[in-house]
Amino acid sequence: MIEATGLRKSYRVGRGRSAGTVEAVRGVDFAVARGEIVGFLGPNGAGKSTTMRMLATLIRPDGGRATIAGVDLLRAPAQVRRQIGFVAQASGTYDDSTARRDLVLQARLYGFGKAEAQRRAEAAIGAFQLGDFADRRIRTYSGGQRRRLDVALGVIHSPQVIFLDEPTAGLDPPSRVRMWQEVRRLRAEGMTVFLTTHYLDEADTLCDRVSIIDGGLIVAEGTPSDLKREISGDVVAVDLNRAGVVDDVTDNDLPVATKLLTEQPYVHSSEVVDGTLRLYVDSAATAIPQIMRTLLGRGIEPGAIEARRPSLDDVFLAKTGRSLEE
Amino acid sequence: MKLVRDTWLIFQQEVGLMVRNPVMVAFSLAQPITYLVLFAPFLKVVMVDRGASSYADAYRIYVPGLFVAMGLFGGLFAGYGLLSALRAGIIDRCRVTPVSRTALLLGRALMHVCLNVVQAVIITLVALPFGLRVHLGNLLISYALLSVMVLLSTSISYDIALLVRNENSLGVLVNTVGQPISLLAGVLIPLVLAPLWIQQVAVWNPFAWATNGMRALFNGQIGQPVVWQGALIMIGLAAVSLVWSSHLFNREVS
Repeated sequence: MIEATGLRKSYRVGRGRSAGTVEAVRGVDFAVARGEIVGFLGPNGAGKSTTMRMLATLIRPDGGRATIAGVDLLRAPAQVRRQIGFVAQASGTYDDSTARRDLVLQARLYGFGKAEAQRRAEAAIGAFQLGDFADRRIRTYSGGQRRRLDVALGVIHSPQVIFLDEPTAGLDPPSRVRMWQEVRRLRAEGMTVFLTTHYLDEADTLCDRVSIIDGGLIVAEGTPSDLKREISGDVVAVDLNRAGVVDDVTDNDLPVATKLLTEQPYVHSSEVVDGTLRLYVDSAATAIPQIMRTLLGRGIEPGAIEARRPSLDDVFLAKTGRSLEE
Repeated sequence: MKLVRDTWLIFQQEVGLMVRNPVMVAFSLAQPITYLVLFAPFLKVVMVDRGASSYADAYRIYVPGLFVAMGLFGGLFAGYGLLSALRAGIIDRCRVTPVSRTALLLGRALMHVCLNVVQAVIITLVALPFGLRVHLGNLLISYALLSVMVLLSTSISYDIALLVRNENSLGVLVNTVGQPISLLAGVLIPLVLAPLWIQQVAVWNPFAWATNGMRALFNGQIGQPVVWQGALIMIGLAAVSLVWSSHLFNREVS
């Protein structure tokens, strides 16, 4: 449904002598099949939104090519627009308008006549459960209600592909879960969903496939479970923040412990995040006693040891050397 | 045809939003009405040697100037609305649809034209009890001239807004540009009272031509060349500026 190769975009920033270019997207390749929910996961400024805005015909790529629903993005953007819906991060509605007015207008902008636009607005109000407030001013809506309206506007013309830029950013947990249900419903209705997110749980539970993007490049791609399986084994997090000092070892435990444990044969690799040492091991069950023994042998008493399955954050960390949760 | 339909859709939406905020429209009339009531009487005294012997004369001179001032500044501040719509993602939401890009701009500009004509009608009505009398046909032509002028000032504002892309710079630029233009158009005191060098500079101010044309209309002198000259200048510049702002607006995407 979406095929992109080598998409690139850079921006000029600053003026005069301090002017330079920022390469927002440095050549990304990916494909999305019909009926998939695919997510771009990455920190702010990774190039997620820029990629999406290129695909949604809002900005022109500097290079590369893409086809959406079989239509060439660069050659026929007008045709692409009929096949896609786009929900931006910024809501895109006037405070003084109402859901119904905006839905009718949006349908009419897609070329539908008055009666058909009203019928579609009515259907969207039903489907997204906007009925209780559809004729109130949008400024009175809650964050979740506003976001549901945004998505309803994006799909008013029943597109084949819907782009959602950070669909749940800033929403409270119940509203997020509700939005996930809406996204799954759209897929059940036959739409292909492409979204960006910086939430790990969103990528994990909602997306069939995830592309991890950082610094304008895709660094990993696959189903959430495949990506996590690439990080073989388990993760043991050793918290040294509250470590008590038994002997006369200095309080500079972290580098010592890091060096010590990384040298152990049962540790594949390690990362330090916020004073916590993350160790990648085959099996947490057998590694934890050995870790304890090793640390205590040097007089280091860890504050806490936790074993868990790898998360998408571990994948991100392994690929980029940084944590998404920082 | 599509351009007309889409412009009409955007125009309807923008007018609908304005109608939902009648308080804002009322507030925007406070300043012009203050000038109408408290400033125009000065002109009767100042212009006594220039044929203003009554309040009716003073208002015949002042009301066209007030139209130009309102049309100029009302339009010049339109860029704020465009910037906030851009920031709120409203423009993006429309740009992903097949809607005509030019219509997104034109529909908004026409809303400002409509707003300014409504304000001008209210000002005319308020001026009637003070003795303003003007031929209906000439009045309607003045409204038409005002409409073209608002289209020009609005698109100038859009040009600036799309170039600087930030409200603060827009505000500074609009005031810096608007102030001399309005004074050099003689919107407060007619240019006939100005020193010669001001008059010579004002010849290069398109809005001065429009003001003079509008004053001629209010004087019942529709045959004066400045009427069609002013109109032609406004139409020509409005067309150029609209094409330019539409180019700026569309340059990122086809």
